[in-house]
Amino acid sequence: MNRYRPRTLLREIAMIAVTAVMAFPLYVLVNLSLRDPRDGSSIVVPTTSPTLRNYADAWREAGLAGAIVNSVLVTVLSVAIIVVVSAMAAFPLARVTASWSRWTFLLVMLGLLLPFQLALLPLYQTIRDLHLLGTLWSLVLFYSGLQVPFATFLYVGFLRVVPREFEEAALIDGAGPFQVFWRVVFPLLRPVTGTVVILNAIFVWNDFLTPFLYLSGSDQQTIPVAIFGFIGQFVSQWNLVFAGLVIAMIPILTVYFLMQRHIIKGFAGGLKG
Amino acid sequence: MAQGSVREVKRPEPPDRRARSAAPAAALLRRGRGRRRAPVWFLVPALGLYAFVVLLPSAQGAMFAFTDWDGLSPTRDFAGLGNFREMLEDPAARGALRQTLIIAVAVTVVQNAVGLLLALGVHSTIKSRNVLRVFLFAPAVMTPVVTAALWKYMLAPEGALNGLIAAVGPDSWQRNWLGDPTLALCSVIGVIVWQFAGYSMVIFLAGLQSIPREVYEAASVDGASGWSRFRHVVLPLLAPATTINLMLSIIGGLKLFDQVWVMTGGGPGTSTETLSTLIYKNAFQFNEYAYSVALAIVLTVFVAIFSSGQYGLLRRQERAVR
Repeated sequence: MNRYRPRTLLREIAMIAVTAVMAFPLYVLVNLSLRDPRDGSSIVVPTTSPTLRNYADAWREAGLAGAIVNSVLVTVLSVAIIVVVSAMAAFPLARVTASWSRWTFLLVMLGLLLPFQLALLPLYQTIRDLHLLGTLWSLVLFYSGLQVPFATFLYVGFLRVVPREFEEAALIDGAGPFQVFWRVVFPLLRPVTGTVVILNAIFVWNDFLTPFLYLSGSDQQTIPVAIFGFIGQFVSQWNLVFAGLVIAMIPILTVYFLMQRHIIKGFAGGLKG
Repeated sequence: MAQGSVREVKRPEPPDRRARSAAPAAALLRRGRGRRRAPVWFLVPALGLYAFVVLLPSAQGAMFAFTDWDGLSPTRDFAGLGNFREMLEDPAARGALRQTLIIAVAVTVVQNAVGLLLALGVHSTIKSRNVLRVFLFAPAVMTPVVTAALWKYMLAPEGALNGLIAAVGPDSWQRNWLGDPTLALCSVIGVIVWQFAGYSMVIFLAGLQSIPREVYEAASVDGASGWSRFRHVVLPLLAPATTINLMLSIIGGLKLFDQVWVMTGGGPGTSTETLSTLIYKNAFQFNEYAYSVALAIVLTVFVAIFSSGQYGLLRRQERAVR
């Protein structure tokens, strides 16, 4: 099973070929983004004299600087709120065995089932009546509430297999519930917090429909909305659009490449729960 | 039960630092009892946000679905099942429902088949496995609007795919991948599979890694090899990963919006319209507010049926394995 045989070499070559095919669109993306628009050679050929001019133009035209700041703000704030409130909620849900606790957990899990399209329109009107449309706060509020069920689900699953002894020891030492949670339980949750942070950050960063609705008509944009508008405006100038797409991808892909070990481990951990 | 009794035993003599303070005995006792309970108020922030963003508006949406409200006028009248009856006669709604189901089922089947093959391919002794995993999973992290824009170019009449075809094969193989009503839906499904096959792969990998090596060895000793080992040993043990994968992809497929909106906008004609794009159009472009939430109810019902049915089925399988 673990020896490198001739058959393993064949499999290796096959997998490299498959990955190359899957990654081909990304090669086209980067290749064309570096190319002068007048260069008409085949998309498969590497660009002979790469230029960064498309990048400078895209950066200026698409208003990406403001959009990146907005996306970072919304993502960081939302994920922080999701982590804190969901971890706190998971504590009594995982520890209290009374029936109200089980019912509350089921009520929260109902949120995994309800598609947000159902809540989208009434919530849009509530947000409008609160004069929050066009503000980043509307998005932070939306994501914080929307992602509570998923994050709580992960936390409760994890916490149920964490032994209670540490908490009990801290209680006996005279710590209040707040101290017990922050000093003992929350640090123990670190592995699953990693998963919660990564999955929610990817979701919030990439979401398009909500900012498209809630921010339309304002001068605030997030990355997906800015890119959507940019594509519509420069639809025939693909080199320029592609440079914009690459810029938009860089933050999330950087985070991914830095954390990929942790992401894959997080999935494995989630599966055991 | 056992845990409760252990705590009862410990409680009478807690080595409590505060016991030495001058606080009155009654207050101490009260605090002692309070400390035993998990702090119920910890639920308040999460439940408040969840109720405000999900529960209350969903309930409102469910109510509006039975009215004739256009979203603007001050009056709205009860319309009973009128919106749902209208749906049955509305070719746009029927088409959207059909396309949504086709996308959800096709994506679920193909994405997970590809994901499983990829996982089996990179879960072995090959040397490049870590690099390959990083690249295969990368599309799943990327913003759907960005990947959709990229594919809009790849699939355009003068785009990269036709360019490749021109280089290797006859010109007659070229297609207008997103502009041809009979092909557009397949193209959309292909793009979704491309983006999320790596996601399925990672979950299957996690499942594969949780299978102890002894299990393989025992199967080999028993003479099982290749296909039969996969079919009778590996696949049943992958049941938890399969459950999660199927649930995620079918729900994701049913709710699909971003990629369709960017690549085709539901067209050409209505050939790639999904429930999500139709909900958006009715609510924000046609001012058919009540009709739009009625469509959202249909979507909810489908998500509920698929996920609960699948969950029940796969849970039973998992138990059978254990």
